[in-house]
Amino acid sequence: MARAINTRSKITFTIVGWLCGLLLFFPILWTFLTSFKTEGDAIANPPYFLFFHWTLENYIEVQARSDYLHHFLNSVTISVGSTVIGLIIAVPAAWAMAFSPTKHTKDVLMWMLSTKMMPAVGALIPIYLIFRDWGLLDSRIGLTAIVMLINLPIIVWMLYTYFREIPGEILEAARMDGASLAKEIIYVLTPMAVPGIASTLLLNIILAWNEAFWTLNLSTSKAAPLTTFIASYSSPEGLFWAKLSAASTLAIAPILIMGWFSQKQLVRGLTFGAVK
Amino acid sequence: MATLHTRASARLMMAPSVILLFVWMVVPLAMTLYFSFLSYNLLTPGAHNFIGFLNYSYFLTDPAFLMAIGNTLLLVIGVLLITVIGGILLALVLDQPFWGQGIVRLLVIAPFFVMPTVSALVWKNMLMNPVYGLFAWIARGLGITPIDWLADVPLFSITLIVAWQWLPFATLILLTALQSLDGEQKEAAEMDGAGAVSRFIYIVLPHLSRAITVVILIQTIFLLSIFAEILVTTNGGPGIQSTNLTYLVYAQALLQFDVGGASAGGIIAVILANIVGIFLIRLIGKNLDR
Repeated sequence: MARAINTRSKITFTIVGWLCGLLLFFPILWTFLTSFKTEGDAIANPPYFLFFHWTLENYIEVQARSDYLHHFLNSVTISVGSTVIGLIIAVPAAWAMAFSPTKHTKDVLMWMLSTKMMPAVGALIPIYLIFRDWGLLDSRIGLTAIVMLINLPIIVWMLYTYFREIPGEILEAARMDGASLAKEIIYVLTPMAVPGIASTLLLNIILAWNEAFWTLNLSTSKAAPLTTFIASYSSPEGLFWAKLSAASTLAIAPILIMGWFSQKQLVRGLTFGAVK
Repeated sequence: MATLHTRASARLMMAPSVILLFVWMVVPLAMTLYFSFLSYNLLTPGAHNFIGFLNYSYFLTDPAFLMAIGNTLLLVIGVLLITVIGGILLALVLDQPFWGQGIVRLLVIAPFFVMPTVSALVWKNMLMNPVYGLFAWIARGLGITPIDWLADVPLFSITLIVAWQWLPFATLILLTALQSLDGEQKEAAEMDGAGAVSRFIYIVLPHLSRAITVVILIQTIFLLSIFAEILVTTNGGPGIQSTNLTYLVYAQALLQFDVGGASAGGIIAVILANIVGIFLIRLIGKNLDR
């Protein structure tokens, strides 16, 4: 009896669950499908769902007409660059706060978090003027620096919550055995810290890849990452949905896959450890 | 001795992060504050005169400002309502065992990883276009006249797009919280004859309250600064119907080149965000002590 109810509820939830999932995923699926249509098929009414003339021409066109690869590489440079530099700066700080905390550690962490609360428009004007005067507008260096700064508090926080879980006794034991600080870091700490650092790396590349306030305001063409490049499709003239879809698919695919791998860290990273 | 040494090196290790963030927080903010008291337009060269609070009184009495504040609040509240209620329902569904649960979970969180410009343009064109869009096709199929989403109900349309992006975040956090709920407690209530609804109200909802607060606060910080979605769909229009505070400051600064006025707007945005920020910091700080 109980078993029958269980099976029935399992069937119900399978249907409801899949309906919700497909509904939410639909815009992405639709973008993916449209990217293989001709421009004519893309705006056909009634719409074609699967039975259309599949073509790869949009992908070729997007690259040929607007040098897609250039913007893709800008995105890679900015997101990976900003995250790696951020990690280099943040790892020592998080390490110090996790293993030799003082009575001010908590205040420092809270203060770092509070910098994240400042809305971007509060800094937009001075940063724009500084960038203009220093020739940093539309430069990869400038964007990498800004994206690094806006994500630095999250990087420090995520690393801190991971490092804090490493038992301090192990470090003490290593020290007792006569390990120097360098050896302690290389042989004891690093192997235990790598998973946390990797998760932080992954989540912050995703955040940096999708950052769309500073990149839109500070880049136009030369250093434009994919966020800015895709925004150029918003011009009202012409319906280039198939090409927009191809460009969009390429822009979101790598990050979607990374995101799926990092879904657990997402909760932890974005709630600053408040929900685990 | 050793502790003294460790403490000094700990300070040294923290210094780069602390100094960078300090400069990043203080310098732009101080400059914005300074600009907000100047008559400073990029198109009129020469001296920038100190004009006291004139920029503020100009900005605060501009009807566009009140409209933008209203739009900002509507956008935040609308998205929060959809994502929190939808997120709770979705989390409850995903918490049940069913076939293909792992895959459905991946499908549900996918929108969160789509960059804002992509999601806004995909919705604007392929879904909301009044002639060729999918919504128009569905409306015609149902015998309703299709509406021009972004022209007729611009703010609501943007709310939908942003809610789609943030629903996965809310769902994922609420699901994580739901999974930490003690199964025995639920079973005991079930044995005592509590129905599904009362179990939800008296056991599940109180357990979720912390996670819900976190979702609301974190989303509010991000939602106050919505920008890309407005820029690529409506440009704040028609008129200023979908202009929020962030977009208004951007338009004032980079389209009208009014540095002074935009800076005053920026400072007001900072003050508003800080009010929310204080609550969030307190909540997370409390958690850190446990």
